[in-house]
Amino acid sequence: MIVAILTISLMAGLFGLILGYAAIRFKVEGNPIVDQIDALLPQTQCGQCTYPGCRPYAEAIANGEAPINQCPPGGQATIVALADLLDLEVLEPNEEHGEHHDIPLVAIIDEQTCIGCTLCIQACPVDAILGSAKHMHTVIADECTGCELCLPPCPVDCIDMVPIKQTIDDWKWSVPQQQQDLVHGQ
Amino acid sequence: MTQVVISSPFVSPSNSLRRLMINVIIGLLPGTLAYVWFFGVGVLINITLAVIFALGFEAAILKLRNKPVKSHLNDYSAVVAAWLFALCLPMHSPWWLVAVGIGFTMIAGKHLYGGLGFNPFNPAMVGYVVLLISFPREMTTWYLPIEISGESIGFFDAIAYAFGLADIQQWDALSSATPLDQFKTLSGQNIPISEIRQSPVFGNFIAFGWEWIAGGWLVGGLWLLYTRTIKWHIPVTVLVSTSFIALVFYLSAPDTIASPLFHLFSGSILIGAFFIATDPVTAATTDKGRVVYGFLIGFLVYVIRSWGGYPDGIAFAVLLANMCVPLIDYYTQPRVYGADTQGKDE
Amino acid sequence: MDNKSQYKLHHMHGGMRLEGYKAESMGQPLQQATLAEQLILPLKQHIGETNKPLVSPGDRVLRGQLIADSSSPISAAIHAPTSGKIREIAPHPVPHPSGQSSDCIVIDVDGKDECLESAAVDPASLSVVDLIARIRDAGIVGLGGAVFPTAAKLSRAQSQGIDTLVINGVECEPYISCDDILMQTYSDEILRGIGYLQQIFKPKSTLIGIENDKPKAIQSMQLALDSNPLANTRIVMIPTLYPSGGEKQLIQILTGREIPKGKLAFDIGMFCQNVGTCVAISRALDQDEALTSRIVTLSGDAIRQPGNWEARLGTPVRHLVELAGGYLDDQAHRHLVMGGPMMGFTLPSDRAPIVKASNNILVMHQQTFAQRLDNHDECVRCARCTDVCPAQLLPQQLYWHARARTYDKVEEYSLFDCIECGCCSAVCPSEIPLVQYYRAAKSEIRAAQQAQFKSDRARIRFEFREKRLLLKKQQDEERKRLKREALKKKQPQKLNGDSTVDPVQAALERVKAKKQALEGTQTLKNTTNLTPDQQQKIEQADARRRAAREQRT
Repeated sequence: MIVAILTISLMAGLFGLILGYAAIRFKVEGNPIVDQIDALLPQTQCGQCTYPGCRPYAEAIANGEAPINQCPPGGQATIVALADLLDLEVLEPNEEHGEHHDIPLVAIIDEQTCIGCTLCIQACPVDAILGSAKHMHTVIADECTGCELCLPPCPVDCIDMVPIKQTIDDWKWSVPQQQQDLVHGQ
Repeated sequence: MTQVVISSPFVSPSNSLRRLMINVIIGLLPGTLAYVWFFGVGVLINITLAVIFALGFEAAILKLRNKPVKSHLNDYSAVVAAWLFALCLPMHSPWWLVAVGIGFTMIAGKHLYGGLGFNPFNPAMVGYVVLLISFPREMTTWYLPIEISGESIGFFDAIAYAFGLADIQQWDALSSATPLDQFKTLSGQNIPISEIRQSPVFGNFIAFGWEWIAGGWLVGGLWLLYTRTIKWHIPVTVLVSTSFIALVFYLSAPDTIASPLFHLFSGSILIGAFFIATDPVTAATTDKGRVVYGFLIGFLVYVIRSWGGYPDGIAFAVLLANMCVPLIDYYTQPRVYGADTQGKDE
Repeated sequence: MDNKSQYKLHHMHGGMRLEGYKAESMGQPLQQATLAEQLILPLKQHIGETNKPLVSPGDRVLRGQLIADSSSPISAAIHAPTSGKIREIAPHPVPHPSGQSSDCIVIDVDGKDECLESAAVDPASLSVVDLIARIRDAGIVGLGGAVFPTAAKLSRAQSQGIDTLVINGVECEPYISCDDILMQTYSDEILRGIGYLQQIFKPKSTLIGIENDKPKAIQSMQLALDSNPLANTRIVMIPTLYPSGGEKQLIQILTGREIPKGKLAFDIGMFCQNVGTCVAISRALDQDEALTSRIVTLSGDAIRQPGNWEARLGTPVRHLVELAGGYLDDQAHRHLVMGGPMMGFTLPSDRAPIVKASNNILVMHQQTFAQRLDNHDECVRCARCTDVCPAQLLPQQLYWHARARTYDKVEEYSLFDCIECGCCSAVCPSEIPLVQYYRAAKSEIRAAQQAQFKSDRARIRFEFREKRLLLKKQQDEERKRLKREALKKKQPQKLNGDSTVDPVQAALERVKAKKQALEGTQTLKNTTNLTPDQQQKIEQADARRRAAREQRT
């Protein structure tokens, strides 16, 4: 009886030591969770989630302060990816924060109307607008994230959001028909 | 929505599922004819009933699943599954036995997993094994070959029996265990082979009638190989592995242990190797994997026959091997072109 | 001939023996296509950067004149294929799987076919760099179908060192015979082109691979080689097996070597070039002739007189079809394909032009290509696709994962090693359009990678901006703090030094001074301390801008 108790205790202690050592020896240096969340967000920096940019939202999610469905540009895909990462339930996108556009948008400044007030430049979160005071501004289309933050400050409403034109270079092969039925239909 | 662009290749297909299934059915004919020759029309009644039930179940389930019924019935996969299932049954089986078995084959074996192409287990074997476990008496009531009993059960009698209109008792004298079963029972009692073989069911060569049926499966199997419906890997490895293991044990005790030839020609191993194990949906898909899969089946058949509770083991062996297929496939992937060739010239 | 039979060939995995259908278009010799009334030249006819037009509507151009180019190293210039007037530079249907339009230079042909003056020099006197530069200037791309800019490939390969030069005269796809007829007609030029490649690379051996279903081409190449021998060069006859004409496959068959995953042929000292490209190289160097024409096969069961035509780039497909006697079927019942049946793509309209990549125009009866598009059968895992895959992939696994859109698994099963040869789809008993699943998966993955790239850039820019704003805020605060301190030091002095001054007056003056000080900081701009000269220039520019604005409105 005593031998059995001793043996078991000894084994328990031994395994405990091995496990403890393994935990130190093979520790996985993971990405801090905020970085991982931030990597999944679309980096539009639009603030529609009510946070001033993607990283603050990522921090809020990591701290459990914000649900994962407040990112309209990311849409359902981002929610699924976040749910997958954080082992949370997949939510419906929260419509209050805005609408998801399937085709990405890009801002374009009507150069005739622009008065060169620089307000849009100050609003742009990714420095994608060029120009100086009293001089016409222009958008660097490649850098524009389509966040729409430049729209409200413009005093003359000269900025429009237009869908990015599809060209031969970014044309995509479509999945055969049956596939679509299986995924979306039945 | 954007217009769907159709991708190359623009060639008329050289194969079709339907063609493959018809090849299998043609391949089944020689063995089936031999079976009917030796054991009477009961076999045909089984096949007919099984095919009718299978098509009925298939159509009903396709309808329930909102799938196109006609095109799926036309691929003949249900006919092949039903035919193979029917060949596993004792030659005179009541209709409800066929119906229950086919029900399991089509519903549990096939459609619950998503239909053709998605089932991990051979549907015919699922149906057969369910019957074997649930209805041991019905599933072990086999009959003597006509030439031995000297009396054949007529077409109408057989039909009447199949539909429960005739009594089973009147044919008790004709019933007999299969050679494999007899061998297993008797050798289990340490009776030497020479004595066991006195029974007429073993005939002059291996097993009266059964050897010809097995020969029929072999001919059909060669047809499948010839038409490239199947590749050689699975049948060859199943037969080789069973024979090899059987040979090793036979040489260790030739008086009490059955010879490799007895194993090959007495039970269902030939139909199993050519027609059942080669079901593409449930078999391994790589050449290497098929070799592993075939050896596994051959090995399991011998183990089940020799030490298991059932006289024949092909159904269990196939189902067990089916279970291993994802693992086999994963570990037998071919080397992709250009992978790991650094520093290797030839 | 006998050295050919000694050559030891190697095994390539998979592949299919396909019915060739080559005799149809080989019934007549190579013909010169007449000039079309209009030539349409897409700005991008190669892999790489899109060209920028160098001409404007109304300009007159001569044959061989450069009309579009790009500064990118991976690009190929475009030259006017004949003389004429530029009509417009506008979107036009181009040969592309999407069937979409893209910017093209349209030339109204004047029929005179005047050429630029040739500036040919003896290629033997040129350095390797000059040779490659001349090939670059001629706008040459790989004419086997990949249309990768040849000069870019040459210069990278040259820096790596090449020991084996592989010349591709395989042409394994059914119906196509343009390389066959090219080898029969222009064998001397092909060999001269090979000679220049040898001058560039100095390879240890040169192998010309030709499939054994082209005995005439082999014969004419051998004759040409016998009369003009090249060092260490041999013609190797290889068995007819699709897709042995793929670069990776041909190298494997001829040398037994595989190009390692993620590498290119020149990484293992191999350089593979199509016979058509060799002709283009020889013309560029011998005659200073830019790539402005190519041989196109017109074939299929719905065209009246199949054959091969040497056509100017930009010739509308319709023009060539008319030369071939026209269609045998109306529009609704025919299927127009550019390329072969295995790897080509549907042409939505015959208004699209011949481009550098166009080796074949296939016109088929619609029912010949009957496919069950919307409802193929399910995969039964028969693995016939695995048996034929030349890349030794597991097509059925790729299919499962492509269909389930689990793209990480698709990549794990090496989707990007798929060469899209179409064998798997062709043998599939369930008639699954496998290649289309793979192409769709590839474009999805590429789009996702691009989106990721863009979002990473946005993140960097956003973070940089945040940092900059923070720095600016800190600097502002620092400045304010210093100023405040400076003021604090001044105030007591003023109060103590002149006590008779009215305190109210003093306070007012302090406010004024403060205001001035603040104004001073705020109005400090980059336009504050300008020289009169600069100011004058600014005024001039403003005047110009005003004038332009008025003109526009």
